[in-house]
Amino acid sequence: MQVKTAWEKVQIARQTDRPKTSDYIEALFDDFIELHGDRNFGDDKAIIGGIGILENIPVTVIGEQKGKNAKENIDRNFGMPEPEGYRKALRLMKQAEKFNRPIITFIDTPGAYPGIGAEERGQGEAIARNIMEMAGLKVPIICIVIGEGSSGGALAIGVGDRIVMLENAIYSILSPEGFASILYKDSTKAKEAAQTMKITAQDLKELNIIDHIIKESKEGIQNNFEKVIMELKKYIIKNIKELEKLGTNQLLVERYEKYRKIY
Amino acid sequence: MIINKVRKVNQEEEKTKKNTVASDKMIGKWVKCEKCKEIIYKEELHQNLSVCPYCGKHFRLSSRRRILQIADENTFQEIAGDILTKDTLNFDGYLKKVEALKQKTNLKEAVTCGICKIEGEKAVLVVMDGNFLMGSMGSAVGERITIAIETAIQKKLPLVIFCVSGGARMQEGMISLMQMAKTSSAIKKLHDEGLLYISVLTDPTTGGVTASFASLADIILAEPDALIGFAGPRVIEQTIKQQLPEGFQKSEFLLEHGFIDKIVERKDIKQMISKLIRYHK
Repeated sequence: MQVKTAWEKVQIARQTDRPKTSDYIEALFDDFIELHGDRNFGDDKAIIGGIGILENIPVTVIGEQKGKNAKENIDRNFGMPEPEGYRKALRLMKQAEKFNRPIITFIDTPGAYPGIGAEERGQGEAIARNIMEMAGLKVPIICIVIGEGSSGGALAIGVGDRIVMLENAIYSILSPEGFASILYKDSTKAKEAAQTMKITAQDLKELNIIDHIIKESKEGIQNNFEKVIMELKKYIIKNIKELEKLGTNQLLVERYEKYRKIY
Repeated sequence: MIINKVRKVNQEEEKTKKNTVASDKMIGKWVKCEKCKEIIYKEELHQNLSVCPYCGKHFRLSSRRRILQIADENTFQEIAGDILTKDTLNFDGYLKKVEALKQKTNLKEAVTCGICKIEGEKAVLVVMDGNFLMGSMGSAVGERITIAIETAIQKKLPLVIFCVSGGARMQEGMISLMQMAKTSSAIKKLHDEGLLYISVLTDPTTGGVTASFASLADIILAEPDALIGFAGPRVIEQTIKQQLPEGFQKSEFLLEHGFIDKIVERKDIKQMISKLIRYHK
């Protein structure tokens, strides 16, 4: 099989017809109930959250939601959350902790939204708080990068016990275009940047930043989504069981160590 | 022999002095204030804590000068100074650039950490430096700060961090992004232990540093007129395609929106920190 270049993967990860968070939720969980709002400012449609049933266990599900067409994308702000989106996510994660539910997050964002309102309402603080609180939540957390994971906007729902990536997903400090324009002073060198940045699932597994890669079919994930879902479901159930066996103390010790060793 | 030693000490003193001056990026004996355009005698500026005597503009400060201003004389003992830059991406020219900056600034990385006394109060002090790759956080900066936080936990000391940063360091890619999770996890532990954490945001504090430890303190102070935000103003302008309002993302703007506790002038900051530490004893 021909190995795809990092830049090819960037294109695949961003495909508008690639399955989005809502597709994963529908395929993985029975009877999902969406819950809204941060109880403070509003309801950010760039993040979906709620409770679903996975093999008879209730789990809290949170994910960044991109649209599949222009209208949906405007509605979802292209999957770029504002502070109230991250605060909704945190509210639901705290709720999960209270009721001892595992947390599953889906990461798919070009980044946190850079806007006037977002800054006025503390975008930096919202991301920082999520990262810190996720480090201490007393329930298992599994984070899955399904498409584009970019910058602090991805990490804000991405601190957990298991970090999983789809085979053609990417996870990066910023977009290759942004990287090229800052470091090469030339945004047309994004292809070269993508290669250098180590943003593919394979690169990040090697760097020990992620734990597991879910294979996609050669014909594209759109044509064999059921297989991906089966594999993902198996992985999530197995790992929730493993993590629950650890007990709270050991779970948190291992989560701390997971990030502590990245140097 | 003794004369040689004295000479050597003097030379080293001269070298330190030279680098302290060099790190403030000023040429000649005079400097122009960007804000009020007054020409200031450099020595006068430094004696005034690098604050413009005419308009009160707070000039950017090297970590060395900052430590001199905050730590009681001869009390600062560096920790984690042996943690050095890593080049995980093998990014072309990165280590060369770091090497040149080391020579220029006499620093080894963009943050200096240590234990010191602040008006007699023992604390862990972390000071970032904007002259070193814009104070950006790569693996070494994240590791040094995490060691400092863990030292505060171990020794049950208050933690004070002076922030100045362009954010996560691009040249180290995802390793840099993960330092946000590493430092924030350590801050979580510190809070769980009931220890005091004060962060001081100085011009500029942005990106991945704002979106991690800088925003997670019990008490967040800021110097006047500092740029503080997540996204940079240029990125926002390009995204929304309109001009940003006057004073956007400045300390005063953050105070108004409820994201910092207090704006403190440089001349008062040491006393404010020591007072806060005493209130939490």
